[in-house]
Amino acid sequence: MSKEAQKEQSMILQKEMVEGLFNELAAARETGKKVCYTFVPGNLSELIRTFDMLPVYPEINALQNAMRKKSAAYIKEAERNAHSEDVCTYVKCDVGMMLKGNIGPTGQPLPPPDILLLSYTGCFTFMKWFETLKREYPNARVVMIHTPYQENGEITPAMVEYMVRQLKTEVIPQMEAVSGIRYDEEKLKGILSLSKEAEDWITRIFNTTKHRPSPIDAYFAGVYYIGPINIGFRGTREAVDYYKALYGEIQERIRLGLGPITPEGEMQEEKFRLVVEGPPNWTNFREFWKIFYDMGAVIVASSYTKVGGVYDLGWRHDPSRPLESLAEYCMNCYTNLNIPQRIDLLSKFIRDYEADGYITNSIKSCNSFSAGQLSMMREIEDRLEVPVGFIESDLVDPRYFSYSNIKNRLESYFQMLAQRKIIHATATV
Amino acid sequence: MNKYYLGIDLGSTTSKAVIINEKDEIIGRGITNTRANYKVAADIAREEAIYDARFNLLANRIREEMELKPEFKKYMADIRAVFQYRQFKRRMDRLEVLLRKTVSEFTSKNKSDIAEKLDEILETIRPRIRHGFINEDLGAKNQFFRDIVSEQYNAEVAKKGAGFYEPLMLAFDKSITPVENEMVQYNFRELVFESMDVLDEKYRGLADQPQDDNREDWYYAELNAVKNNYKSVEHSLREHIEDIVNEDIHIAKMVGTGYGRALLPFPEDCIKSEILCHAFGAHAVFPNTRTVLDIGGQDTKAIQVDSHGLVTSFHMNDRCAAGCGRYLGYIADEFGLSLNELGPEAMNATKETTICSTCTVFAGAEVKELLHNGEERPNILAGLHKAIVQRAMSLIARSGGVKNEFTFTGGVARNQAVLRYVKQMVTDAYGEVTMNIHPDSIFMGALGGAMFARRNISADLPKTAKMTENEEPATV
Repeated sequence: MSKEAQKEQSMILQKEMVEGLFNELAAARETGKKVCYTFVPGNLSELIRTFDMLPVYPEINALQNAMRKKSAAYIKEAERNAHSEDVCTYVKCDVGMMLKGNIGPTGQPLPPPDILLLSYTGCFTFMKWFETLKREYPNARVVMIHTPYQENGEITPAMVEYMVRQLKTEVIPQMEAVSGIRYDEEKLKGILSLSKEAEDWITRIFNTTKHRPSPIDAYFAGVYYIGPINIGFRGTREAVDYYKALYGEIQERIRLGLGPITPEGEMQEEKFRLVVEGPPNWTNFREFWKIFYDMGAVIVASSYTKVGGVYDLGWRHDPSRPLESLAEYCMNCYTNLNIPQRIDLLSKFIRDYEADGYITNSIKSCNSFSAGQLSMMREIEDRLEVPVGFIESDLVDPRYFSYSNIKNRLESYFQMLAQRKIIHATATV
Repeated sequence: MNKYYLGIDLGSTTSKAVIINEKDEIIGRGITNTRANYKVAADIAREEAIYDARFNLLANRIREEMELKPEFKKYMADIRAVFQYRQFKRRMDRLEVLLRKTVSEFTSKNKSDIAEKLDEILETIRPRIRHGFINEDLGAKNQFFRDIVSEQYNAEVAKKGAGFYEPLMLAFDKSITPVENEMVQYNFRELVFESMDVLDEKYRGLADQPQDDNREDWYYAELNAVKNNYKSVEHSLREHIEDIVNEDIHIAKMVGTGYGRALLPFPEDCIKSEILCHAFGAHAVFPNTRTVLDIGGQDTKAIQVDSHGLVTSFHMNDRCAAGCGRYLGYIADEFGLSLNELGPEAMNATKETTICSTCTVFAGAEVKELLHNGEERPNILAGLHKAIVQRAMSLIARSGGVKNEFTFTGGVARNQAVLRYVKQMVTDAYGEVTMNIHPDSIFMGALGGAMFARRNISADLPKTAKMTENEEPATV
């Protein structure tokens, strides 16, 4: 009984938070709250909150529309308006939604932006995306902060200083102007300390996959877990409460020796432990997941769940260095790591969580993820002698998800893993 | 009782079956074209493999005679050709009935004229095909019922005038598919004896060597030997055939693979990915194989294997027809050539025309444009063959490159032009590596399947499959 209640508690909390945000957005005109459109990687949620603004994440709307089977029509609309077939499908889905009246995935209207805040420039598409939105919303103010890439695999003091200067001279004054609220560093510090707390909890949560069986799926369920921390609730008490509740539920699963929950109930036998690189497909998310759990495969770590921030190596928001830590946060999201750093991180996951295999889900329209994916895979294969697999799909365009091709490849991959496991077992006896 | 193991590879173009014994020796192989009814395709391939196995068992029994006496060797080759003809004939009889029925159901006014033309066509092609099988080894050149009939039928329809083209082709299209999807049961014993009667007739009527013929002497030596001694061969075979017919080819276990594997009526644990099967089969034949390239009808796979023949990684193109066997099929249609003619024609090229299109359909348009601009057909074909190999090379690169040794499998490995470019490009990119091609390349998936079946898909490590006679692996 308590188990059932606990299981639902985190889900209920998350549902309430997300619903609350969309309700607030729908009422923004009446309440007079200012609205800031921004992206998940390197998002400045804490700063947005400091100025009492409401965040809108276009790519989250796109993926939620895809999960609700609305993306195909939006993409078609964008293509009708001259967006090429090769453009990132998040962009097209978002642009299509806007062209069709900007009704969000929940069916409620989304307010137009007061600010278009680009805090991560590692994805060039983001820049072009906001250029497009600026044309549609001429009254919105564009605020752009340049995020240096971790070319040499480190964040140097000069890089931090460069970003802090941009925050001080560009971002904060503009946000003050739009919101009419003065920058309050003490308020920011308070928010940041709650961010740190949430980050500690989510790190603990993703670490539970060390257990056998893994109590969670760190990719297919992981994308739900990262919701609150990525979409504006970082730095809130609700987010901390959510992660605490979730962690408690997972501890209970570990105590009972239970595997991850799937849409069809508990996964019975954990046969394969995998690390996945790349975003999931959203249009056929359930089908995609099912191929894995039907074969007893659980994802013990994924790069996609680090898209909002990499906490696994110890980095946290730091209230004592508010602007510096915001700068570091922007530069420390997964796709801002250079390729060797990504390889190191993924190798760590494979070792720490004792993965049997490594799979890349390649999404051609996503440059941030796709660049270097093949060489990363080869390097990981050579370094760790772990069997690697490669599949291809898309973010939110259902035309690019081929169930039979993906299933065929994954079936071959799992049979290959099974074979190697047997050989390994006989070799080590 | 001997135990045998069956592997079935249900590909997009052809379905293959291989039977092995407990020593991993191939004792029978069968192939047919894949058709709408997968079960029929699989069953036919299996039946073919069983007949092949029986003939091989028969050949084993008279191995000594075959080595010493040319008439035995000749007789065995001939009896298989006639056997194929008898199989063909059963299905052809069904097709004739259905064709006539289809025409009789036409509502057009001139349907009796159409029926007349149909009869003329059938009367013409029937003896021609028979002659082809019995005297010209048609069965070895073209293995599939549909291809043999349609080639002859279409040629005759073309002679009947434009007014009859549509109805005669419609009748064919309506009739061929049901006949092809029908499982015809043959009695091996009956068919062999029927074949012997046909041979009896053939040899009895054989003329002596004509004066002006310029065939090699050995041909007539063999022919004369069989002409004079066929009765004794026949007698000796009859003794063995009863035993062979009664031998139970007991399939202890089977494994299905290929893109249609999920549709095979096999239990789930008897279905295996074609990637693993191709690699396992190729590795069994060439134990030093580390990289396998398989170009099939609908996908291309680059596979890396370890010293046990187990897959360590693979990359596949299952998205785009440009780069697969179907590309060649489409191109053959564009040129009005048969698939078998493509490679040899491309080998006559003096240069390779650059083909820019990355898409099968658009390559068709490009070809037309090139022909219009006066490009030579062999040169265009060479360019197209090169294009398919270039795509395969990119896949190999993605999968981790070519490691020594390199084995090329799949139906497309039979194409000499593809082979030439594979050899050239692999050497250019990876230096001199041992490259293996086998006459049975197309059967590698089925062989791997059979080997998995024998191992009960357990940890038992693979050993090298033994080749049956006359099948020394070719290294190019």
